[in-house]
Amino acid sequence: MVMIAAVITEERVRELLQNVKDPEVPAISVLELGVVRNVEVKDDSVLVTITPTYTGCPAMDVMRQDIEKELHDAGITNVRVQQVLSPAWTTDWITTEGKAKLLAYGIAPPEHTTDIRALKGELPVVECPLCGSKNTGMISLFGSTACKALWKCNACLEPFDQFKCL
Amino acid sequence: MTQQEALFQYCLRRGDDTLLLAQRLGEWCGHGPQLEEDIALTNIALDLIGQSRNYLTYAGEVEGKGRDEDHLAYHRNERQFVNVKLAEQPNGDYAHVIARCFLYDAYHLPLQEALAKSADAQLAAIAGKAVKEVTYHLRHSSEWLIRMGDGTEESHQRAQKAIDELWTYTGELFATDEVDAILVKAGIAPDMAAIKAQWDIKVNAVLQEATLTRPADGFMATGGRQGKHTEYLGFMLAELQYMQRAFPGAQW
Repeated sequence: MVMIAAVITEERVRELLQNVKDPEVPAISVLELGVVRNVEVKDDSVLVTITPTYTGCPAMDVMRQDIEKELHDAGITNVRVQQVLSPAWTTDWITTEGKAKLLAYGIAPPEHTTDIRALKGELPVVECPLCGSKNTGMISLFGSTACKALWKCNACLEPFDQFKCL
Repeated sequence: MTQQEALFQYCLRRGDDTLLLAQRLGEWCGHGPQLEEDIALTNIALDLIGQSRNYLTYAGEVEGKGRDEDHLAYHRNERQFVNVKLAEQPNGDYAHVIARCFLYDAYHLPLQEALAKSADAQLAAIAGKAVKEVTYHLRHSSEWLIRMGDGTEESHQRAQKAIDELWTYTGELFATDEVDAILVKAGIAPDMAAIKAQWDIKVNAVLQEATLTRPADGFMATGGRQGKHTEYLGFMLAELQYMQRAFPGAQW
Protein backbone atom coordinates (compact mmCIF):
# COMPACT_ATOMS: atom_id res chain seq x y z
CA MET A 1 0.00 0.00 0.00
CA VAL A 2 1.32 3.41 -0.91
CA MET A 3 0.91 6.04 1.74
CA ILE A 4 1.41 9.72 1.39
CA ALA A 5 3.12 10.67 4.60
CA ALA A 6 1.99 14.25 4.92
CA VAL A 7 0.76 17.16 2.92
CA ILE A 8 3.70 18.86 1.22
CA THR A 9 4.07 22.47 2.22
CA GLU A 10 6.59 25.11 1.22
CA GLU A 11 7.73 25.20 4.85
CA ARG A 12 8.44 21.47 4.81
CA VAL A 13 10.41 21.77 1.54
CA ARG A 14 12.47 24.62 2.97
CA GLU A 15 13.19 22.54 6.07
CA LEU A 16 14.53 19.78 3.82
CA LEU A 17 16.55 22.22 1.70
CA GLN A 18 18.33 23.29 4.88
CA ASN A 19 19.95 19.81 4.75
CA VAL A 20 21.35 20.39 1.25
CA LYS A 21 24.82 21.86 1.59
CA ASP A 22 27.00 23.74 -0.86
CA PRO A 23 29.27 20.88 -2.05
CA GLU A 24 32.30 23.20 -2.12
CA VAL A 25 31.57 24.92 1.19
CA PRO A 26 29.70 22.21 3.13
CA ALA A 27 29.34 24.51 6.14
CA ILE A 28 26.33 26.30 4.70
CA SER A 29 23.09 25.21 3.04
CA VAL A 30 21.79 26.21 -0.38
CA LEU A 31 19.25 28.39 1.44
CA GLU A 32 21.88 30.21 3.48
CA LEU A 33 23.98 30.67 0.34
CA GLY A 34 21.03 32.42 -1.29
CA VAL A 35 20.96 30.31 -4.45
CA VAL A 36 17.39 29.09 -3.85
CA ARG A 37 15.26 31.85 -5.32
CA ASN A 38 11.82 30.29 -5.08
CA VAL A 39 9.96 27.23 -3.85
CA GLU A 40 6.60 26.52 -5.42
CA VAL A 41 4.35 23.73 -4.18
CA LYS A 42 1.33 22.71 -6.24
CA ASP A 43 -0.55 19.68 -4.90
CA ASP A 44 2.11 16.95 -4.87
CA SER A 45 4.63 18.66 -7.19
CA VAL A 46 7.49 20.89 -6.14
CA LEU A 47 9.33 23.41 -8.30
CA VAL A 48 12.59 24.74 -6.86
CA THR A 49 14.20 27.69 -8.65
CA ILE A 50 17.95 28.14 -8.20
CA THR A 51 20.45 30.63 -9.58
CA PRO A 52 24.19 30.03 -10.11
CA THR A 53 26.71 31.89 -7.97
CA TYR A 54 29.25 32.07 -10.79
CA THR A 55 28.33 31.39 -14.43
CA GLY A 56 30.76 28.49 -14.65
CA CYS A 57 30.26 27.18 -11.13
CA PRO A 58 30.70 23.39 -11.37
CA ALA A 59 28.79 22.93 -8.11
CA MET A 60 25.45 23.87 -9.70
CA ASP A 61 24.80 20.43 -11.22
CA VAL A 62 25.67 18.79 -7.90
CA MET A 63 23.35 21.14 -6.00
CA ARG A 64 20.54 20.32 -8.40
CA GLN A 65 21.06 16.57 -7.91
CA ASP A 66 21.38 16.94 -4.13
CA ILE A 67 18.14 18.93 -3.95
CA GLU A 68 16.31 16.28 -6.00
CA LYS A 69 17.74 13.48 -3.88
CA GLU A 70 16.91 15.16 -0.55
CA LEU A 71 13.29 15.71 -1.58
CA HIS A 72 12.96 12.25 -3.15
CA ASP A 73 14.30 10.63 0.03
CA ALA A 74 11.64 12.50 2.00
CA GLY A 75 8.96 10.94 -0.18
CA ILE A 76 8.41 13.85 -2.53
CA THR A 77 8.65 12.29 -5.98
CA ASN A 78 7.42 15.03 -8.26
CA VAL A 79 10.36 17.44 -8.08
CA ARG A 80 11.64 19.85 -10.70
CA VAL A 81 14.69 22.07 -10.23
CA GLN A 82 15.01 24.94 -12.70
CA GLN A 83 17.85 27.40 -13.11
CA VAL A 84 17.46 31.14 -13.74
CA LEU A 85 20.20 33.69 -14.47
CA SER A 86 18.37 36.89 -13.65
CA PRO A 87 18.47 38.66 -11.26
CA ALA A 88 22.17 37.82 -10.96
CA TRP A 89 23.23 36.29 -7.65
CA THR A 90 25.03 38.56 -5.22
CA THR A 91 26.93 37.77 -2.03
CA ASP A 92 24.45 40.08 -0.27
CA TRP A 93 22.00 37.16 -0.49
CA ILE A 94 24.11 35.03 1.85
CA THR A 95 22.10 35.11 5.07
CA THR A 96 23.44 36.44 8.37
CA GLU A 97 23.49 32.87 9.73
CA GLY A 98 25.28 31.80 6.56
CA LYS A 99 27.98 34.44 7.05
CA ALA A 100 28.46 33.41 10.68
CA LYS A 101 28.82 29.77 9.60
CA LEU A 102 31.38 30.70 6.94
CA LEU A 103 33.44 32.51 9.56
CA ALA A 104 33.24 29.56 11.96
CA TYR A 105 34.32 27.29 9.07
CA GLY A 106 37.45 29.43 8.56
CA ILE A 107 36.30 31.44 5.51
CA ALA A 108 36.12 35.22 5.84
CA PRO A 109 32.61 36.25 4.73
CA PRO A 110 32.16 38.83 1.91
CA GLU A 111 31.71 42.50 2.69
CA HIS A 112 28.43 44.12 1.63
CA THR A 113 28.39 45.27 -2.02
CA THR A 114 27.35 48.73 -0.89
CA ASP A 115 30.60 49.01 1.08
CA ILE A 116 32.16 52.28 -0.07
CA ARG A 117 35.46 50.49 -0.75
CA ALA A 118 33.81 48.16 -3.22
CA LEU A 119 32.59 51.19 -5.15
CA LYS A 120 36.07 52.65 -5.29
CA GLY A 121 37.59 49.31 -6.23
CA GLU A 122 39.75 49.28 -3.10
CA LEU A 123 40.48 46.20 -1.06
CA PRO A 124 38.18 45.58 1.90
CA VAL A 125 39.44 45.26 5.47
CA VAL A 126 39.16 41.54 6.10
CA GLU A 127 39.42 40.06 9.57
CA CYS A 128 41.38 36.85 9.91
CA PRO A 129 38.79 34.11 10.57
CA LEU A 130 41.30 32.32 12.77
CA CYS A 131 42.69 34.97 15.12
CA GLY A 132 40.46 37.99 14.38
CA SER A 133 43.32 40.31 13.44
CA LYS A 134 42.66 43.05 10.89
CA ASN A 135 46.30 42.99 9.87
CA THR A 136 45.72 40.92 6.75
CA GLY A 137 46.63 41.11 3.08
CA MET A 138 45.38 39.63 -0.18
CA ILE A 139 47.67 37.13 -1.91
CA SER A 140 45.53 36.42 -4.97
CA LEU A 141 42.15 37.53 -6.33
CA PHE A 142 41.48 33.89 -7.18
CA GLY A 143 41.37 31.16 -4.56
CA SER A 144 40.46 27.50 -4.17
CA THR A 145 37.10 27.96 -5.92
CA ALA A 146 35.68 30.62 -8.26
CA CYS A 147 33.91 32.37 -5.39
CA LYS A 148 36.94 32.83 -3.13
CA ALA A 149 40.08 34.95 -2.93
CA LEU A 150 43.25 33.93 -1.12
CA TRP A 151 44.38 36.02 1.85
CA LYS A 152 47.00 35.76 4.57
CA CYS A 153 47.07 36.99 8.13
CA ASN A 154 50.14 39.01 9.10
CA ALA A 155 49.46 38.42 12.79
CA CYS A 156 49.06 34.63 13.01
CA LEU A 157 50.73 34.02 9.63
CA GLU A 158 47.99 31.63 8.47
CA PRO A 159 46.61 31.78 4.92
CA PHE A 160 42.82 31.79 4.60
CA ASP A 161 40.01 31.97 2.04
CA GLN A 162 37.77 34.98 1.68
CA PHE A 163 34.36 34.77 0.00
CA LYS A 164 34.66 37.38 -2.76
CA CYS A 165 32.16 40.19 -2.87
CA LEU A 166 30.06 39.77 -6.01
CA MET B 1 19.38 38.57 -42.99
CA THR B 2 16.55 38.35 -40.48
CA GLN B 3 16.86 39.58 -36.89
CA GLN B 4 16.73 35.97 -35.72
CA GLU B 5 19.68 35.02 -37.96
CA ALA B 6 21.60 38.06 -36.75
CA LEU B 7 20.96 37.19 -33.11
CA PHE B 8 22.10 33.61 -33.69
CA GLN B 9 25.38 34.85 -35.21
CA TYR B 10 25.85 37.41 -32.46
CA CYS B 11 25.49 34.78 -29.71
CA LEU B 12 27.79 32.43 -31.60
CA ARG B 13 30.50 35.12 -31.76
CA ARG B 14 30.30 35.74 -28.00
CA GLY B 15 30.25 32.00 -27.29
CA ASP B 16 33.21 31.24 -29.58
CA ASP B 17 35.40 34.05 -28.24
CA THR B 18 34.97 32.90 -24.66
CA LEU B 19 35.28 29.18 -25.51
CA LEU B 20 38.61 29.58 -27.31
CA LEU B 21 40.05 31.96 -24.71
CA ALA B 22 39.06 29.51 -21.98
CA GLN B 23 40.73 26.67 -23.87
CA ARG B 24 43.95 28.68 -24.16
CA LEU B 25 43.92 29.57 -20.46
CA GLY B 26 43.15 25.97 -19.57
CA GLU B 27 46.44 24.98 -21.24
CA TRP B 28 48.14 26.68 -18.30
CA CYS B 29 46.58 24.31 -15.79
CA GLY B 30 49.48 22.83 -13.85
CA HIS B 31 52.01 25.06 -15.64
CA GLY B 32 51.48 28.47 -14.01
CA PRO B 33 54.58 30.43 -13.01
CA GLN B 34 53.35 30.27 -9.41
CA LEU B 35 50.52 28.40 -7.74
CA GLU B 36 48.33 31.49 -7.28
CA GLU B 37 48.52 32.31 -10.98
CA ASP B 38 47.87 28.73 -11.99
CA ILE B 39 44.68 28.89 -9.96
CA ALA B 40 43.78 32.38 -11.19
CA LEU B 41 44.03 31.48 -14.89
CA THR B 42 42.00 28.32 -14.53
CA ASN B 43 39.37 30.16 -12.47
CA ILE B 44 39.10 32.75 -15.23
CA ALA B 45 38.88 29.95 -17.78
CA LEU B 46 36.02 28.44 -15.79
CA ASP B 47 34.11 31.73 -15.79
CA LEU B 48 34.63 32.03 -19.55
CA ILE B 49 33.46 28.47 -20.21
CA GLY B 50 30.35 29.17 -18.16
CA GLN B 51 29.65 32.28 -20.22
CA SER B 52 30.33 30.36 -23.43
CA ARG B 53 27.85 27.65 -22.40
CA ASN B 54 25.17 30.30 -21.83
CA TYR B 55 25.80 32.01 -25.16
CA LEU B 56 25.99 28.79 -27.18
CA THR B 57 22.88 27.37 -25.50
CA TYR B 58 21.01 30.54 -26.33
CA ALA B 59 22.40 30.56 -29.89
CA GLY B 60 20.99 27.04 -30.34
CA GLU B 61 17.59 28.11 -28.99
CA VAL B 62 17.48 31.16 -31.26
CA GLU B 63 18.43 29.08 -34.28
CA GLY B 64 15.69 26.57 -33.47
CA LYS B 65 17.25 23.60 -35.26
CA GLY B 66 17.80 21.52 -32.16
CA ARG B 67 21.52 22.21 -31.75
CA ASP B 68 22.62 22.49 -28.11
CA GLU B 69 25.79 23.93 -26.57
CA ASP B 70 27.74 20.68 -27.01
CA HIS B 71 26.71 20.29 -30.61
CA LEU B 72 27.82 23.84 -31.41
CA ALA B 73 31.11 23.52 -29.51
CA TYR B 74 32.12 20.05 -30.71
CA HIS B 75 30.57 19.53 -34.12
CA ARG B 76 31.51 22.63 -36.08
CA ASN B 77 34.57 22.90 -38.29
CA GLU B 78 37.22 25.59 -38.23
CA ARG B 79 35.51 27.66 -40.92
CA GLN B 80 32.29 27.65 -38.90
CA PHE B 81 33.89 29.23 -35.83
CA VAL B 82 33.38 32.99 -35.64
CA ASN B 83 35.71 34.04 -32.79
CA VAL B 84 38.16 36.91 -33.13
CA LYS B 85 41.70 35.82 -34.02
CA LEU B 86 42.99 37.32 -30.76
CA ALA B 87 41.23 34.56 -28.80
CA GLU B 88 43.04 31.72 -30.59
CA GLN B 89 46.57 33.16 -30.41
CA PRO B 90 49.01 30.78 -28.72
CA ASN B 91 50.05 31.39 -25.14
CA GLY B 92 53.72 32.20 -25.63
CA ASP B 93 55.40 33.49 -22.47
CA TYR B 94 53.51 34.81 -19.48
CA ALA B 95 53.67 38.39 -20.74
CA HIS B 96 51.81 37.22 -23.87
CA VAL B 97 49.13 35.51 -21.82
CA ILE B 98 48.57 38.58 -19.66
CA ALA B 99 48.66 40.96 -22.64
CA ARG B 100 46.11 38.85 -24.55
CA CYS B 101 43.89 38.69 -21.46
CA PHE B 102 44.17 42.42 -20.88
CA LEU B 103 43.43 43.49 -24.48
CA TYR B 104 40.38 41.20 -24.47
CA ASP B 105 39.16 41.98 -20.91
CA ALA B 106 39.28 45.73 -21.59
CA TYR B 107 36.87 45.08 -24.51
CA HIS B 108 34.86 42.35 -22.76
CA LEU B 109 33.84 44.42 -19.72
CA PRO B 110 32.27 47.45 -21.45
CA LEU B 111 30.63 45.08 -23.97
CA GLN B 112 29.02 42.98 -21.24
CA GLU B 113 28.01 46.11 -19.31
CA ALA B 114 26.21 47.36 -22.40
CA LEU B 115 24.65 43.96 -23.13
CA ALA B 116 23.31 43.83 -19.57
CA LYS B 117 20.94 46.61 -20.77
CA SER B 118 20.01 44.79 -23.99
CA ALA B 119 16.41 44.78 -25.21
CA ASP B 120 16.78 41.00 -25.43
CA ALA B 121 16.00 39.67 -21.94
CA GLN B 122 18.14 36.52 -22.18
CA LEU B 123 21.21 38.39 -23.46
CA ALA B 124 20.73 40.90 -20.64
CA ALA B 125 20.52 38.08 -18.08
CA ILE B 126 23.67 36.34 -19.37
CA ALA B 127 25.62 39.61 -19.49
CA GLY B 128 24.30 40.74 -16.10
CA LYS B 129 26.07 37.78 -14.51
CA ALA B 130 29.16 37.98 -16.71
CA VAL B 131 29.80 41.64 -15.82
CA LYS B 132 30.61 40.74 -12.22
CA GLU B 133 33.08 38.04 -13.26
CA VAL B 134 34.74 40.04 -16.02
CA THR B 135 35.32 42.92 -13.58
CA TYR B 136 37.65 40.59 -11.65
CA HIS B 137 39.32 39.38 -14.87
CA LEU B 138 40.17 42.92 -15.97
CA ARG B 139 41.49 43.79 -12.53
CA HIS B 140 43.72 40.71 -12.60
CA SER B 141 45.17 41.30 -16.08
CA SER B 142 45.60 45.06 -15.51
CA GLU B 143 47.53 44.53 -12.27
CA TRP B 144 49.85 41.99 -13.87
CA LEU B 145 50.49 44.08 -16.96
CA ILE B 146 51.42 47.02 -14.73
CA ARG B 147 53.63 44.81 -12.58
CA MET B 148 55.49 43.44 -15.60
CA GLY B 149 55.66 46.69 -17.59
CA ASP B 150 56.84 48.70 -14.60
CA GLY B 151 59.02 45.86 -13.33
CA THR B 152 62.49 44.79 -14.35
CA GLU B 153 64.14 45.57 -17.67
CA GLU B 154 63.47 42.01 -18.80
CA SER B 155 59.79 41.97 -17.79
CA HIS B 156 59.25 45.41 -19.35
CA GLN B 157 60.78 44.29 -22.62
CA ARG B 158 58.69 41.14 -22.74
CA ALA B 159 55.46 42.98 -21.90
CA GLN B 160 56.13 45.56 -24.62
CA LYS B 161 56.91 42.84 -27.15
CA ALA B 162 53.67 41.03 -26.30
CA ILE B 163 51.56 44.18 -26.68
CA ASP B 164 53.32 45.00 -29.98
CA GLU B 165 52.76 41.53 -31.39
CA LEU B 166 49.12 41.25 -30.35
CA TRP B 167 48.13 44.78 -31.35
CA THR B 168 47.36 43.73 -34.93
CA TYR B 169 44.56 41.51 -33.57
CA THR B 170 42.74 44.26 -31.68
CA GLY B 171 41.10 45.97 -34.68
CA GLU B 172 38.84 42.99 -35.24
CA LEU B 173 37.27 43.39 -31.79
CA PHE B 174 35.46 46.49 -32.97
CA ALA B 175 34.74 45.55 -36.59
CA THR B 176 31.01 45.57 -37.37
CA ASP B 177 28.87 44.13 -40.13
CA GLU B 178 25.23 43.47 -40.97
CA VAL B 179 24.80 41.37 -37.82
CA ASP B 180 25.66 44.33 -35.58
CA ALA B 181 23.72 46.82 -37.68
CA ILE B 182 20.46 44.84 -37.41
CA LEU B 183 20.82 44.29 -33.66
CA VAL B 184 21.93 47.85 -32.84
CA LYS B 185 18.82 49.08 -34.61
CA ALA B 186 16.67 46.78 -32.48
CA GLY B 187 18.35 47.91 -29.24
CA ILE B 188 19.74 44.41 -28.70
CA ALA B 189 23.45 45.08 -29.27
CA PRO B 190 25.49 48.18 -28.41
CA ASP B 191 27.18 50.56 -30.84
CA MET B 192 30.78 49.32 -31.06
CA ALA B 193 32.14 52.86 -31.43
CA ALA B 194 31.11 53.52 -27.84
CA ILE B 195 32.77 50.30 -26.66
CA LYS B 196 35.95 51.25 -28.56
CA ALA B 197 36.02 54.64 -26.80
CA GLN B 198 35.88 52.94 -23.39
CA TRP B 199 38.53 50.41 -24.45
CA ASP B 200 40.84 53.25 -25.53
CA ILE B 201 40.52 55.00 -22.17
CA LYS B 202 41.29 51.85 -20.19
CA VAL B 203 44.11 50.65 -22.46
CA ASN B 204 45.79 54.07 -22.48
CA ALA B 205 45.57 54.40 -18.70
CA VAL B 206 46.97 50.94 -17.95
CA LEU B 207 49.72 51.14 -20.59
CA GLN B 208 50.78 54.49 -19.17
CA GLU B 209 50.91 53.17 -15.61
CA ALA B 210 52.82 50.14 -16.89
CA THR B 211 55.31 52.51 -18.63
CA LEU B 212 54.50 50.74 -21.91
CA THR B 213 54.12 52.39 -25.29
CA ARG B 214 50.85 52.11 -27.19
CA PRO B 215 51.67 50.79 -30.67
CA ALA B 216 50.55 52.76 -33.70
CA ASP B 217 47.48 51.35 -35.47
CA GLY B 218 48.92 49.66 -38.55
CA PHE B 219 47.68 46.62 -40.41
CA MET B 220 44.80 45.00 -38.54
CA ALA B 221 43.98 41.32 -38.99
CA THR B 222 40.40 40.52 -40.01
CA GLY B 223 38.37 37.49 -41.00
CA GLY B 224 37.75 35.65 -37.72
CA ARG B 225 34.06 36.66 -37.62
CA GLN B 226 33.72 35.27 -41.17
CA GLY B 227 35.36 31.97 -40.21
CA LYS B 228 38.79 32.73 -41.67
CA HIS B 229 41.30 31.96 -38.97
CA THR B 230 45.00 31.78 -38.23
CA GLU B 231 46.68 28.39 -38.51
CA TYR B 232 46.37 27.88 -34.75
CA LEU B 233 42.62 27.27 -34.54
CA GLY B 234 42.64 23.88 -36.28
CA PHE B 235 45.11 22.47 -33.78
CA MET B 236 43.07 23.81 -30.87
CA LEU B 237 39.89 22.22 -32.20
CA ALA B 238 41.70 18.93 -32.77
CA GLU B 239 42.27 18.77 -29.03
CA LEU B 240 39.04 20.41 -27.89
CA GLN B 241 36.79 18.26 -30.09
CA TYR B 242 38.73 15.00 -30.05
CA MET B 243 36.33 12.97 -27.92
CA GLN B 244 33.17 13.95 -29.82
CA ARG B 245 34.90 13.42 -33.16
CA ALA B 246 36.13 9.96 -32.18
CA PHE B 247 32.88 8.93 -30.48
CA PRO B 248 30.11 11.15 -31.90
CA GLY B 249 27.33 11.77 -29.39
CA ALA B 250 29.21 10.14 -26.51
CA GLN B 251 27.76 11.03 -23.11
CA TRP B 252 28.87 10.35 -19.56
